[in-house]
Amino acid sequence: MANLKKLIIEPLRKTNPVTVLVLGICSCLAVTAQLKPALVMGLSVTVVTALSNFIISLLRKGIPNRIRIIVQLVVVATLVILIDQFLKAFAYDVSKQLSVYVGLIITNCIIMGRLEAFALSHGPGESFLDGLGNGLGYSLILVIVAFFRELFGSGTLLGYQVIPQSFYEAGYQNNGLMILPPMALIVVGVIIWIQRTRNPEMQENNQN
Amino acid sequence: MEFFRLFIKSVFIDNMIFAYFLGMCSYLAVSKTVKTSAGLGLAVTFVLVVTVPVNYLINKYLLLPGALSWISPKLASVDLSFLTYILFIAIIAAIVQILEMVIETFTPSLYSALGIFLPLIAVNCAILGCSLFMQERNFSNVGEAAVFGLGSGIGWLLAIVAIAAIREKLRYSKVPKGLQGVGISFIITGLMGIAFMAFMGIKI
Repeated sequence: MANLKKLIIEPLRKTNPVTVLVLGICSCLAVTAQLKPALVMGLSVTVVTALSNFIISLLRKGIPNRIRIIVQLVVVATLVILIDQFLKAFAYDVSKQLSVYVGLIITNCIIMGRLEAFALSHGPGESFLDGLGNGLGYSLILVIVAFFRELFGSGTLLGYQVIPQSFYEAGYQNNGLMILPPMALIVVGVIIWIQRTRNPEMQENNQN
Repeated sequence: MEFFRLFIKSVFIDNMIFAYFLGMCSYLAVSKTVKTSAGLGLAVTFVLVVTVPVNYLINKYLLLPGALSWISPKLASVDLSFLTYILFIAIIAAIVQILEMVIETFTPSLYSALGIFLPLIAVNCAILGCSLFMQERNFSNVGEAAVFGLGSGIGWLLAIVAIAAIREKLRYSKVPKGLQGVGISFIITGLMGIAFMAFMGIKI
């Protein structure tokens, strides 16, 4: 039981897919200008990672080794199509905001990475939990980045104004730079910095 | 002239890395030396120039609403656009596989230069992303799609070679412990992105 719990908890901190393994950065940066698309994206990736891990793990004994990449891509692409159609039907405005990045879940390295590294060698139940944990680890970073970018960039959270009007009257201004793409990179860089300063064993040696 | 504008725009203004963050995973993982990153950049450019026009044709004659009417007028009401993702990724994987075989047979020297990167490219988000952007932007002919692919590829090449050159020099500088490696690469990419935003106002 402790082992199963570990599968979910570890990716949130010690083996976080974004800040430690540096996978799935592309979409993580692009959708984080606001909190709402970031939440939806995180949720979608979690669902796809968990389910694709589960399905590939069920099929793992029947897939010939040579064509496994194609099989994995087909399974993931099918799940992403389902997510895409679902978002278009029930959350059209968010799906417009996410635009091509929903489709890019297919090539998100986290999913392929977990399929290759975990699902091909473990049972369906464990794989499902592993996918869930990694998806949640990804979502966690997404939400942290989006929180800071929306708060400082537009003074709102989930679209509601958080910074009181009196601040603006006293001369406070939104930091327009936070909404621009480059700031996403710098925010993630700072998160990595903080995390690695607190856990010295994760630090990389520059000299190699 | 139209082609030239589109080319400049896709290299500098709509740069894959700095404006859309596509292909970041391999961009961060492979950019340790200039030589390997130039190899990967070339391979990506190569694959983009082939896949974007092919996917353009697939999109135009197979997927768009009414696209099937060239087979028979009865099929004009069919809309297959929900199949976009699965078809695009299948086409990309197939083309990468074919390219690998062709390059291996005819130019072994290029193959040994690109070899290890080619199979990885099928899951590089820059490739699929470029095709999806092509679909979103409704280019009017195959030529434009090809130029867009070429420009995006060269923009990506430029970005990865630039960061690799900076990282090579970075070895001799004193970076705070926690920032070493990936952390500082993120921040440098952010700063480069800010520099690239200077191109945004240019009208061509």
